[in-house]
Amino acid sequence: MKGRVWKFGDDVDTDQILPAERLVSENIDRLHDFLFEKVRPGMASEVAKGDIIVAGRNFGCGSSREHAPRAIIDAGISCVVAESYSRIFYRNSINLGLRVLVASADVGDGETVEIDLDGGKIISASGTYDFPPPGEFEKSMIESGGLMGRLKR
Amino acid sequence: MRPKTISEKIFESKAGRECRAGDVVECEVDYVMVNDVTGPLAFRAFEETGMEPVREKIVLIPDHFVPAKDVDSAQQAKEMREFAKRHGIPHYYEVGRSGVCHQVMIDDGFVAPGRLIVGADSHTCTYGGLNAFGTGIGSTEAAYVFATGRLWFRVPESIEIVLRGKLRENVSGKDLILRIVGDLGMDGATYKALEFSGPGVASIPMPDRFSMSNMAIEAGGKAGLFPYDPVAKRFAEAVSRGEYEGVNADPGAEYVRTLEYDLSKIVPMVAVPPRPDGALEASKCDVAIDQAYLGSCTNGRIEDMRIAAGIVKGKRVAPGVRMIVVPASVDVHRKMAAEGLIEVFLDAGAFVSGPTCGACLGGHMGILSDGEVAVSSTNRNFIGRMGHPGSKVYLASPATVATSALAGRIRAPEGFE
Repeated sequence: MKGRVWKFGDDVDTDQILPAERLVSENIDRLHDFLFEKVRPGMASEVAKGDIIVAGRNFGCGSSREHAPRAIIDAGISCVVAESYSRIFYRNSINLGLRVLVASADVGDGETVEIDLDGGKIISASGTYDFPPPGEFEKSMIESGGLMGRLKR
Repeated sequence: MRPKTISEKIFESKAGRECRAGDVVECEVDYVMVNDVTGPLAFRAFEETGMEPVREKIVLIPDHFVPAKDVDSAQQAKEMREFAKRHGIPHYYEVGRSGVCHQVMIDDGFVAPGRLIVGADSHTCTYGGLNAFGTGIGSTEAAYVFATGRLWFRVPESIEIVLRGKLRENVSGKDLILRIVGDLGMDGATYKALEFSGPGVASIPMPDRFSMSNMAIEAGGKAGLFPYDPVAKRFAEAVSRGEYEGVNADPGAEYVRTLEYDLSKIVPMVAVPPRPDGALEASKCDVAIDQAYLGSCTNGRIEDMRIAAGIVKGKRVAPGVRMIVVPASVDVHRKMAAEGLIEVFLDAGAFVSGPTCGACLGGHMGILSDGEVAVSSTNRNFIGRMGHPGSKVYLASPATVATSALAGRIRAPEGFE
């Protein structure tokens, strides 16, 4: 997994990820068009498949809107790396199959980094950062295609 | 037996086995609620299963963008209406018989002591005010509950908030929770439950308890639980439907952290944008405002309306300032009418609407333009929360909102100027 880094700070709330006024059914298939539109205008059109979001503490805090991780997935972001996550965002991400890695990575915006999922390593020009590999529960969720996939089994 | 927290005891009773913080359990929930924004994603996920829904447990409450603010919102509200009809869901709340989802959940008795309730809305933690473990979930999880009536949970560790003394006049539970969130920080309670205790709890009335539990999520909390005491008992007897059993923590239960507050020292507070943990004494915040917003699941109850009406009665909202008053439910709206409060607000030059989430989350009816400032009785002041990313929202109590509306600047209520 290799991609460009979109760098964010601490306490990125879901209103920043996807503003509330975009939460209508008509937008469900184009949520990625509004990704971070209020705080990083233009990002939605520049983001490329495989890109990576790197943030600080408490990523995804605030509202329970599942549209936030959906928009990130639909934009082609391969994974999120943050020091910590809000509870609901974390659950939503796992339920939908978005990779949410817990790590403190000192990488810059626009840098390209490589992620070794099995080895639990984030490799950048400036250094290598470790993250705990996903636990059994999380692995089984992603393997069954998220929560609803488990139900269908 | 090891002494246990309220959270551990509620999960233990639902899971039917001994539980301690950190355990992962799958158990029955009492109710699952979704709104017009989170519902449609849940309906889609549910329909893919082809299963029959657990009808009696599902509560559908359109509130965010209703009465429909535009065509897209109308389509979305229609999806909920049609889902309710298609599956014969009895608990569907149409506009005119509804309101902000959490207030409707309380008014209509779904919330009761000891219950486990999930909602696809982060402020589901409001129900902890009445000793229920309410917690926010995502839409896909809600669909799972529609299908099974069950969900998995990690039993949370608890943070004990010990309250002593009594709040002073013109100071409310909102001021106290703004102080507490300020002390904990926006992730100070992530994955954990807040549990309020101590001799000061008895003096905190139910509406203030709901406001406090409501904002547990602003510190990342999974729930904000009050004990089952005589105040909660009286409220539940009057309002809650069905059977229930209140739950209290055992003496000696383990908490990961304990914070203590002397209620007599709490003063009117604001949260300075863009952070709900931006606690500042209201008297130290002298900022000109364009809008004063009174409403939401945090502070749109009849008691909030009475407090604000008492302050604006016989006075006028400052020139150039819009005061917007939004009751949290039809029940609140009806009481406002019966008590003459609507007239008081109209005479003061305020705008009064029917119940909706309205402008709280930047939906409709009070969106801010670039550079505008609002003082608001709501729960979040994130960047662009109430409109333009260049606008600002200061969170405050109903008394501070009303006092500020008259002054045209943020002002603490009488006694704290």
